[in-house]
Amino acid sequence: MTVPTLGKDLLGLEPLTKEQIQLILDTAEPFKEVSERTIKKVPALRGKTIVNLFFEPSTRTRISFEFAEKRLSADTVNVAAAGSAVEKGENLVDTARNLEAMRIDMVVMRHPSSGAAKFLAERIRSNVINGGDGTHEHPTQALLDMLTIRDKFGKLDGLKVCICGDITHSRVARSNIWGLRKLGAEVAVCGPQSLMPGGIEGLGVTVFRRIEEAIEWADVLNILRLQLERMKAGYIPSLREYYRVFGVTLERLEKAPRDLLILHPGPMNRGVEIDSRVADGPHSVILEQVTNGVAVRMAVLYLLAGGRPELAEAAKGSGREGEE
Amino acid sequence: MKPVLLKGGRVVDPSQNHDAVADLLMVDGKVEALKKRLSAPDGAEIVDCKGKVVAPGLVDIHVHLREPGREDAETVASGARAAAAGGFTSVCAMPNTDPVTDNQAAIGFIVKQGADAGAARVYPIGATTLGQKGEQLSEFGEMVHAGAVAVSDDGHPVVSTQLMRSALEYARSFGIPVAEHCEDPYLFKHGVMHEGTVSARMGLKGIPSACEEIMVARNLLLAELTGGHIHLCHMSSRESVALIRRAKDRNVNVTAEGAPHHFALTHEATEGYDTNAKMNPPLREEADVEAVRDGLKDGTLDVIATDHAPHHYESKEREFDDAPFGIIGLETALGMGLTQLVGKGYLTLPELINRMSTEPARIFHLPAGTLRRGVAADVMVFDPEVRWVVDPAAFLSKSRNTPFGGWELAGKVERTLVGGVTVFTG
Repeated sequence: MTVPTLGKDLLGLEPLTKEQIQLILDTAEPFKEVSERTIKKVPALRGKTIVNLFFEPSTRTRISFEFAEKRLSADTVNVAAAGSAVEKGENLVDTARNLEAMRIDMVVMRHPSSGAAKFLAERIRSNVINGGDGTHEHPTQALLDMLTIRDKFGKLDGLKVCICGDITHSRVARSNIWGLRKLGAEVAVCGPQSLMPGGIEGLGVTVFRRIEEAIEWADVLNILRLQLERMKAGYIPSLREYYRVFGVTLERLEKAPRDLLILHPGPMNRGVEIDSRVADGPHSVILEQVTNGVAVRMAVLYLLAGGRPELAEAAKGSGREGEE
Repeated sequence: MKPVLLKGGRVVDPSQNHDAVADLLMVDGKVEALKKRLSAPDGAEIVDCKGKVVAPGLVDIHVHLREPGREDAETVASGARAAAAGGFTSVCAMPNTDPVTDNQAAIGFIVKQGADAGAARVYPIGATTLGQKGEQLSEFGEMVHAGAVAVSDDGHPVVSTQLMRSALEYARSFGIPVAEHCEDPYLFKHGVMHEGTVSARMGLKGIPSACEEIMVARNLLLAELTGGHIHLCHMSSRESVALIRRAKDRNVNVTAEGAPHHFALTHEATEGYDTNAKMNPPLREEADVEAVRDGLKDGTLDVIATDHAPHHYESKEREFDDAPFGIIGLETALGMGLTQLVGKGYLTLPELINRMSTEPARIFHLPAGTLRRGVAADVMVFDPEVRWVVDPAAFLSKSRNTPFGGWELAGKVERTLVGGVTVFTG
C-alpha cells in the first residue's frame, strides 16, 4: 500500500484527499506527547528555516505555529506586515522572492486576500502553509478542530457537526466543511441568512436558520466568533439581539436530545455567540483545541519537510542528528 | 492614392443584405463599386480574396485606450493598431482616463491622437458627469462639437436618479446615446466576482446579478420617462436581457451590448484565482451565458462590444482582491464570435458581421458598417477557414491580460483597410 504524501504546500483542505487528511491527523498523534515533556523539543526539523509571514494581526495562530516550529527545532523568523517592506509598498511576490533569496525552506502565511497562499505557492519553491487567506481557507484550524472531535468520539464518520455564526466571512467554516465532509461527517451551518454566503448549499451542507434546530440536530457545535464590525456594516441589527436569537446558551443546550460537544476557534466574545457557562462547561473542548493546534501544526510541518509518517514516532523520540 | 480591387471574396454586407462572391473596388479612399465582376482601373492594387470573407470593417463602441493616464498599459495609437489587427476600423474610447475625458479639449486630444495613429478610427466618448463623479453634467454640446459620439461614466454608474434623468433629456438635443454601466453601488460593495457557488467556495466577495439588474430596470424606466436613448453596456445577466426584451416590446429607446467574455465564459473560469478572469460585470452562470447568446441572436442585445480593458502585467500579477477588473478583447473578438456564436449555431456569419459592424455603427451614428457606394472604404478581409491559437505575446496591444491565451479560434484577419488604405496585414 502506498503511503500518501502532502505535496509541496498546504493551501487548504478542499484540494486534499481523505487519505491525506487522515495522514495529517494520524501524524499529529505522536507529536501531542512532545508538548507534555519537560524538555519540549525534538530534532525533526533541525536546520530548516521557516518564515512566519503575517499580513494580518494574529495571536494564537502565529504563536501556535511558532511553538510547533521551535519544538521541531526549526529556525524561525516572524515577519509582520506593519513596519516591513510591505508597508513601504512592496508587493507580495517581491517580498516572497526576497525571503527565498535568503534560502528559506518554508513559509507560513496569513493574508487578508482569499487565494493569496496559492498565489505565493505558485511563485516560490519553498513549501507554503496557509495560515488563513481572506475568507477562503484556514486548513490547520480545521485540522485541529477535527483532531479534537476525533479525540472525543473516536471517529468523524457519521457525526453531525454544525458550524454556527458568520459563515460568509469565515475561512474556518470553509476549511471545516471540506475536511469534515471528506472524512464522512455530516455538516450543517447555522446563522442569520445575512451572514451566509450566496451559493453555500453548493458546498454540500444543510442550512439551519434557527439555532434551536441546529442544536436538536447536531452532535457537535463549532461556534464562530462574531466580529463586532458586522453590526456596523449592516449585517445584523445588534450584538444584543444576536445573543438572544442565535447565542449558544445553556438553556438552549439543555433542551437538546443529547450532550453536544462545544468547539470555538477563538477568540471568544462571551455573551455574544456563546454563553460563558457553555464555554467553561463540561462539554467544552475549547482549550483542547488550542493544545491540539500545536500537534497538528507540527505534523504538517514535519510532513511537508519530507518527513515519513511511519517515522514520526522515531523522529521525535531520537535525540540524534537528523531524522532520516 | 492607389485604387484597390478586392477580387473574388465572399462579400458580406448586412447593410445591403449582400452575401455573395463579388469584387469590391475602392477609389480615392471610398467604395466605388461592389459587383459580381469588376475590372481593375489603371494602377490599381489587386488583392486576390478567393476563399476569404470581405466585410465592412468591424466597429467596437466600447474600448478603453488608457490615454491619457496609463500609457504603460495602452495608448490611443497602440489601441488603434490592436483594433486594426482584430479587423476593427472604428472604435469608441471610453472617457475613464486620467484626467477624465470630460471636456472639449480632452475630446480634441483623443481625436488628434487617433488621427495621428493612422490605424483604426478612434471616436471619443465624453464623460456623462464632470470627473465621472456623478455630481454635475459635463458639457455635452461642446464635446459633441469636438468629436464625441456618446457620453458615459463607464466604470461607474450615474448613481443619482435625477442626474441620470437629466443626462438622458439633455443628450436628446445632440442626438447622442447615454451609455451606462449598470451597477448598484451599495449592492456591489467590495465585490470581486459573481455571487454564487464558486464565490462561496473561493471565499471571495460576490456581486449578485441583482446588482446589475436593479440599474438596468431603473435606466429602462428613465429612458421610457424621458424618451432619451439609453445604451446599456456589457450586459451579463439573464434577467437584464429579459428586462431589455420587455422594454423593447414597449418601444423604449434602448440599445445594449454583449461582450465576448460574457458569451463564452462562466464564473468557473475564476477558479484558481485567475486575475484574467476578473472583470466587471463579472462572469456569471451557464444560464446567463446562454441568455447573452440568445439576446444577440434575437436582437435584444444589438451589438457585440469588447470592453477592451488593458492592464499592465504587474497590476494583474497580484492577489485577486487587489487586481483591477477587466480584460482586453480587440484581437480576439472576431475569432470568439466566429467560434462561439457562428460555430455553435447562434448566429450566421452575416448576422455576426451585423452585430459587430453595421449595428454598432447605426446606434452610435458612425459613418461605418456598410460597403455602399460613396462611403469611406473601411473594410476587413479574413480567412474563415484558418484556425489559430491565441498567443498574447503576439498582440499589438500593449497589454496581455486575456483569459483566452491558448484558445483555438476560427477566422484569421488578413487585411484591414481604413479609408482605402491598408493599415494591417496578417
